[in-house]
Amino acid sequence: MESKHPLEFLITWFIRLTGYSSIFFVVLILFFLVSEGLPALSEVSLDTLFSTRWYPIESYYGILPLILGSLVVTIGAMLIAVPFGIGTAVYLSEVARPMVREILKPLVEILAGLPSVMLGFLGIQVVSPFLREFLDLPTGLTAFAGSLLLGGIAIPTIVSIAEDAMNNVPQSYRQGALALGATRWQTMWGVTFPAARSGIITAIMLGLGRAIGETMTVMMVTGNAPIMPNSIRALFMPIRTMTATIASEMGEVAAGSIHYHVLFFIGIVLFLLALIVNITASWVSMRKQTHKERVLS
Amino acid sequence: MEKIVVENFSLTYSDGAESLQNINLKINEHTITALIGPAGGGKSTFLRAMNRLNDLADVAALSGHLYINGQDVLDPKTNVIQLRRTVGIVFARPLPLPLTIYENVSFGLQAAGERRKAVLDEAVERALRQAQLWDEVYDRLGDSAFAISGGQQQRLCIARVLALQPEIILLDEPTSALDPISTAKIETSLLELKEKYTIVIAPHNIQQAARIADDVAFFLQGEVVEFAPAEKIFTTPKDRRTLDYVQGRFG
Ligand SMILES: Nc1ncnc2c1ncn2[C@@H]1O[C@H](COP(=O)(O)OP(=O)(O)OP(=O)(O)O)[C@@H](O)[C@H]1O
Ligand SMILES: [Mg+2]
Repeated sequence: MESKHPLEFLITWFIRLTGYSSIFFVVLILFFLVSEGLPALSEVSLDTLFSTRWYPIESYYGILPLILGSLVVTIGAMLIAVPFGIGTAVYLSEVARPMVREILKPLVEILAGLPSVMLGFLGIQVVSPFLREFLDLPTGLTAFAGSLLLGGIAIPTIVSIAEDAMNNVPQSYRQGALALGATRWQTMWGVTFPAARSGIITAIMLGLGRAIGETMTVMMVTGNAPIMPNSIRALFMPIRTMTATIASEMGEVAAGSIHYHVLFFIGIVLFLLALIVNITASWVSMRKQTHKERVLS
Repeated sequence: MEKIVVENFSLTYSDGAESLQNINLKINEHTITALIGPAGGGKSTFLRAMNRLNDLADVAALSGHLYINGQDVLDPKTNVIQLRRTVGIVFARPLPLPLTIYENVSFGLQAAGERRKAVLDEAVERALRQAQLWDEVYDRLGDSAFAISGGQQQRLCIARVLALQPEIILLDEPTSALDPISTAKIETSLLELKEKYTIVIAPHNIQQAARIADDVAFFLQGEVVEFAPAEKIFTTPKDRRTLDYVQGRFG
């Protein structure tokens, strides 16, 4: 029902406007992305586009190594970030004493806001020299270094959100389980975890989103060579991600050229990947709630 | 036979107030004992002490003895997990676990390590029948426990305790959130259950105590003012304060 009060009316419209405008901007960006990226499909044959060689100066526009590069680095990052992130979240919410949590939680949240260029700096100065020495590699600037640092970037996000989710599980669930003779760990696995499921999945997906979209750090530490990763060894070789490619080449390319369109096409691929991540996330976290639930008496 | 013997039991929360002072009680097997008294009297605190759920609250000091089957459960060496399987508790608000109906009932057994499907199935059915819930849910055991009514949820909470085949069942105002019909169902099952179990209940009002209790303990500000058979408490209590309370003159 519309209110007749003029101020109320204004506020309602203002809020509506902000809502519409954010939708408008998203659509605008999408439109721009598609209109600049799709011409690539007519200018470059699909065979070329999905080939394994990226060397734009000689008209090799194979984006496969870039897509796989992103995937390798991101999957590596998640293999590190998910266990550590969830582990830390469990520790904070279920094990740590309140005092410890009060101190650690804000620290983790500060980490989550750390500018990624600082991590890249750390990567160049510390992580990659260490990897080179330790694993006896020709260079430490590798996919693995990227994974380590991206993992580091995703961990605070995962910890912070997963911890909130577990913390929001009503104390009464834990009590109910403990009262039935469950141990602390059984309570956690059997009750707290399932109850916090959608929050934990959201945490992982947001961490994943941060890792996929991260540009600066990977540009600094992965060596940026568009090599096709085709074995496990590729993890310890330089690699190039989609984001790093766009960021490093977009500045030098002539607007409207083939190269320019292909870069935008990579942007579309990136966007689709992010979309898939998000859709999977909401699908997985909604799945269990399809029962009609009611909490009334 | 004496199932629960409480001797000089006192409990203080960390805020410093002595919530239970020098409690002495003897509770017989196969009886229903009602703990009555005004708010803050310590009934919940006492119930939760019996299966050591108070371990989770910030209890500052405990003294005295609380024997169940002759074992002092306050002894630090007590196996708390085992104790909680022997002494089940049902809370005031129906609080199913966020699982299916079946999983709620089988949760305790599974936590105890039971994996055999047949055993679990049988235990779930038996417990749901004992809690008078089977007929209402047998065809949707896989549904979320939140998809049933509040009264059914509370009987589900009773069933999940029964599935463990405990010896003692504690109930803390189990019907306070329920309608009269659900309440009656629960009272009926309690009267049946006392043949097999020992029941201690903080009833939701004095009438409920009068309907189901064999013995009644009157808790006032952390003390047990009087502990006697129900008809005695309700007709000729020894203590003036008990009389005032049961006649509704305070509290
Ligand atoms: N977790 C706790 N921490 C500190 N004090 C508590 C805690 N639980 C209960 N108390 C205090 O202990 C006293 C007894 O409380 P209890 O809940 O046992 O009373 P009750 O008889 O169950 O009351 P009601 O009829 O309202 O349920 C109260 O003064 C209460 O404030
Ligand atoms: Mg109470």
